[in-house]
Amino acid sequence: MFDKEFILEIFTTIRKNKLRTFLTGFSVAWGIFMLIILLGSGKGLENGIKENFKGEAKNTIRVFGGLTSIAFEGQPNDRHIEFNNYDKKIITENIPNIDLLYARYDIELDIPVHYKSEYATLAVSGIDPSTKEIEKIKLLEGRYINDWDIEHSQKVAVIGKDAKKMLFRAKSPIGEIIYVNKVPFKIIGVFSDDYAPENKKIYMPLATAQKIFLGGNKISSIAMTLENITPDESKTIENSIKSKLAKRHNFSEKDERAVLIINSIEEFAKSQKLFRAINIFLWLIAIGTIIAGIVGISNIMLIVVKERTKEIGVRKAIGATPASIVKLILLEAVIITIIAGLIGLLAGSTVLEIANGFMEASNTAQAAASEFDENMTIFKNPSVDTMIALNALIVLILSGLLAGFIPAKRAAQIRPIAALREE
Amino acid sequence: MLRLEDLHKYYHMGSHDLHVLKGIDLEITEGEFVSIMGSSGSGKSTMLNIVGLLDDYDSGAYYLDNKLIKKMNEKEAAIYRNNTLGFVFQSFNLISSKDALENVALPLFYRGMGRKNRNDKAMEYLELVGLADRAHHLPKELSGGQQQRVALARALVSDPKIVLADEPTGALDTNTSYEIMELISSINEKGKTIVVVTHEDDISKMTKKIIRLKDGLVDDIIIN
Ligand SMILES: Nc1ncnc2c1ncn2[C@@H]1O[C@H](COP(=O)(O)OP(=O)(O)O)[C@@H](O)[C@H]1O
Ligand SMILES: [Mg+2]
Repeated sequence: MFDKEFILEIFTTIRKNKLRTFLTGFSVAWGIFMLIILLGSGKGLENGIKENFKGEAKNTIRVFGGLTSIAFEGQPNDRHIEFNNYDKKIITENIPNIDLLYARYDIELDIPVHYKSEYATLAVSGIDPSTKEIEKIKLLEGRYINDWDIEHSQKVAVIGKDAKKMLFRAKSPIGEIIYVNKVPFKIIGVFSDDYAPENKKIYMPLATAQKIFLGGNKISSIAMTLENITPDESKTIENSIKSKLAKRHNFSEKDERAVLIINSIEEFAKSQKLFRAINIFLWLIAIGTIIAGIVGISNIMLIVVKERTKEIGVRKAIGATPASIVKLILLEAVIITIIAGLIGLLAGSTVLEIANGFMEASNTAQAAASEFDENMTIFKNPSVDTMIALNALIVLILSGLLAGFIPAKRAAQIRPIAALREE
Repeated sequence: MLRLEDLHKYYHMGSHDLHVLKGIDLEITEGEFVSIMGSSGSGKSTMLNIVGLLDDYDSGAYYLDNKLIKKMNEKEAAIYRNNTLGFVFQSFNLISSKDALENVALPLFYRGMGRKNRNDKAMEYLELVGLADRAHHLPKELSGGQQQRVALARALVSDPKIVLADEPTGALDTNTSYEIMELISSINEKGKTIVVVTHEDDISKMTKKIIRLKDGLVDDIIIN
């Protein structure tokens, strides 16, 4: 029909009843404000928890060599399965969805390490650069081992924070030369890991370690993170890794011990479930608030319809059809809801944005103040993404329609003679 | 123009029925200026509401423009009212949040006419009732007589076949009442069919024909 006329008509009414419109809109604005704050907080909580359990939040698969437990194709059991660079290549080339991957060679013995007159026996590992991301290693000083170091078998080392204390005490070790098994290495960085034993280790490029400690091309384990996959897909990938290795090392695919595969997907799925539960919970609260808003609008609109009984009667007498009355009330409810809701949306996002600014400031301050790990954030980057905003908008329009429905029906039922008779 | 034949109307009051119109026979032809007279409670408004398609009747027949009007649904009635009828009420019934011009333009809005056209048309009719200079005044800024003039303009703006006025002077003082009646009369002079309900003798004397109701029946018809 003549929709533009209708909307103009409604805006005229709205403009001439500012207080009423304000009162009507306020409850919705408040509801949407709460929705945004709650959902934003939910997002913040999720981000915060993810930040704290980063390793678990992402799907990590770790593969270690084991001992065969089933005799297979003429091979006896109790055979050691050992990996080398070729296993890494096979996995890298054949497994889809890999985000990051590293291989490492952990030397089983403690190695004598000297720095000037200081001496310690330490564990040594040859690693790939992506250990840093996959294992969430924090760099306290200097830089980490990079691809160039690997390719050129550099004799550089990053040293765990505890090992650093033993050899250097409070002094900065960057650029110093240490002797690992009498081989000189230049220290390029100091790291810290949440898993304490790692802090007593010295990391060097994988190829360097293989050469110096006569490992040939041996590796102890391979770890990878997988991007955007479901638990089922992860399980499939896990199986295909196993079958690739079984073929190469000639063990039975049914052998549970030949290789050890640790898949974090179980933890991952659990935390995903938790976030979903939190989100559903927050939506429930938010929907509750919105329903309160709808009831509020609906009530005020009912009063409005009652107040306007006579006006509606007049409109009908001069030719308004019931449908056009329904449209008038419904559209008024929707327009008020949308405008009020957008104000609430804006206010909510602004508050989140401000809160975000404060939190970021305090987080960096905290991180600067505490030199070491444990910078626990329960809250990180609370924000409204476009999905939330879009959902909120849909909720808005629906709630406007819902809020207007009963009053509109009531209005459509008004009989002009009854409306005009009462003084 | 319109014809009532043995028209009956009951109001259902819980256990018993109130028989208000007990067989009205009546004809109003084009261009007539009729008043419906009768004491309070004699059924004048009831009859006018039926004629105005605001209410149903129980038996008999009502022809409007030679069309039998019977059990119309609300939408049909609304469209019919919009196209053929104009209403004037005792208490003016202007929409308080709208200015004079917007009030007059409202029937055209429901006809689907664009804003510019309907405002032009509304202005024309405000001029006709002598209130062009009050176009942007709200009802509360107008006197009773002025409000009734605006209401009259609103009743006329859609060029209806019949204007129905229920006690149009009931809320006005004597002088203003006469002014309004003169205005209505002048509109009738231009050919408009007009039906005025009143219980005041002097008002009915200003119309061309008086139909007197008594106890739900047409008691008397007087040509002035
Ligand atoms: N909606 C209604 N329900 C019940 N009784 C009504 C209703 N409208 C009018 N009446 C009764 O019908 C009779 C006629 O009323 P009405 O037509 O308004 O008379 P008038 O306009 O001549 O004063 C009165 O007795 C009145 O009380
Ligand atoms: Mg009456």
